Amino acid sequence: MMRHAAKRLLMAVPTLLVLVTLTFFLMRLAPGGPFDRERSLPPEIEKALAAEYHLDESLPKQYLRYLGNLLQGDLGPSFQYEGFRVSELIATGLPVSLALGALAMGLALLIGGAMGILAALNHRRLPDYGVMSAALLGVSIPSYVVAPLLVLVFAIGLRWLPAGGWVTGRWSDLVLPVMALALPQISAIARLLRGSLLEVLQQPYLRTARAKGLSPAKVILRHALKPALMPLVSYLGPATAGILTGSVVVEQVFNLPGIGRYFVQGALNRDYTLVLGVVAVYGTMIVLFNFLVDLAYGALDPRIKTA
Amino acid sequence: MSPARLLWQRFRAHRAAMVALSVLMLIVLALCIGPWLSPFAVDSIDFDGEWATPPSTVNAHWFGTDSLGRDVFVRVLEGGRISLLVAFAATLVSLLIGVGYGAVAGYFGGALDAWMMRTVDILYALPFLFLVILLMVLFGRNVVLVFVAIGAINWLDMARVVRGQVLALKQREFVLAAHTHGMDSAAILLRHIVPNLAGVVMVTVTLTIPQVILTESFLSFLGLGVQEPATSWGTLINEGAREMQTTPWALLFPAALMALTLLCFNLIGDALRDALDPRDAP
Repeated sequence: MMRHAAKRLLMAVPTLLVLVTLTFFLMRLAPGGPFDRERSLPPEIEKALAAEYHLDESLPKQYLRYLGNLLQGDLGPSFQYEGFRVSELIATGLPVSLALGALAMGLALLIGGAMGILAALNHRRLPDYGVMSAALLGVSIPSYVVAPLLVLVFAIGLRWLPAGGWVTGRWSDLVLPVMALALPQISAIARLLRGSLLEVLQQPYLRTARAKGLSPAKVILRHALKPALMPLVSYLGPATAGILTGSVVVEQVFNLPGIGRYFVQGALNRDYTLVLGVVAVYGTMIVLFNFLVDLAYGALDPRIKTA
Repeated sequence: MSPARLLWQRFRAHRAAMVALSVLMLIVLALCIGPWLSPFAVDSIDFDGEWATPPSTVNAHWFGTDSLGRDVFVRVLEGGRISLLVAFAATLVSLLIGVGYGAVAGYFGGALDAWMMRTVDILYALPFLFLVILLMVLFGRNVVLVFVAIGAINWLDMARVVRGQVLALKQREFVLAAHTHGMDSAAILLRHIVPNLAGVVMVTVTLTIPQVILTESFLSFLGLGVQEPATSWGTLINEGAREMQTTPWALLFPAALMALTLLCFNLIGDALRDALDPRDAP
């Protein structure tokens, strides 16, 4: 088990390295620079700026310098927000993004899971068809369509909830963004869990469980759910990536000060370090989550250990 | 009965998928001939019919006009045409890369396979959409770049599916027979393995297309994909969302048509998968 975990963790290193390297050189290949303005700066100031941010060095040297700093946890100074370190900017945005993502994921697991179980229990009856139609519709409508529709109904039409913006501690600001982000995942999770439950329910040991007189609910919760969770657990990796990328749009639509907005703005302004920092944080989160998923997988299925 | 006939017969048993197939064909037909059904051009402003609310059959703005007075019906059809074109092109890119990569990895196996699949694993863990966003922001927006980039991220699934299928196929007797007849590996791959992949590849393609439509519209929604004067569903949804307080129908029509199209593709893909793998078929 420990060896399996160590091996998976080792796999994360090349993933992150590829990600940071691709991002670094992609940004540098692009036309334009962080200090391009309408009016060009005097040459001596431009030179001083370049020297200050080490932009006058050769590209490989800058790349190695960045990697060296990154290893020490230093994300460098922001180009666009003068006087701010990238780590400070990310520290301000991360709590909002994390709250948004975690709530959306929790909601998706809870509702999607319940819907999946409901559908599997009523296989080929009305609740099954209802849940599956709703889920199919949910998969077909992306977050960025749901988001404005939610605003139209709940903020503009009914005036129940704020249409956007963020006041610290006002949780009603998060309701619509979380819903927009969670809806596609709810559908995906419901479909997945229904499918794997139906497959598990055909196993002989479940016939045994039913034959010894357990109630359907008990059969599901005690015997069928754990093996049926396996595909769901492995889906959590892609789901995290989906929620993170979705949050870039949702933060944009609802004007939330998370790190997704820094990403798009940073790329537009050629704020090299800010974009790299956000990508590194997202990449680390995805890799870390995939690692946890692997661990959970091993814990749920004892057969994995020997493999 | 030939495998294709058998597949079609099983597919036909899914009533929802058959409906989806007909609806999809209707949509594609409408996208092809639609612009001639309306007297308005994509980018012309109708000053008389400005802010027409749907359904305004009087002045032939079937879906009304957007906040600038452009006909929504024509724009939705034109946008759909571009969205679907991008989707097909990007899927073709992912098909070519994925089938080639997966077939080689699965057929030659051993260290090469391990190394190639490890690479796919590493790439799979990357948040590719971020790199695509970056690509779009940095290198300006052109449609070719959009579908090459989207195709380049979607080949991973295809490669995995194809590899698995090839691993199974190469154990079969007809491959062994070809070997003993002295056929070389490249010829066996092309003549015997690749044609037998048609089924799984078809399912993956049907399920990739909606993914690509989503990605394209996601980029266009962020303002990074298809740009004015060209338009796509994502671009229309973006415009519609900005003006939804005054002209909500400019958001609702493109959103509804896109959702309907995605729904059809998903239904067809699911049914095809069931038809190919009849384990739990009704």
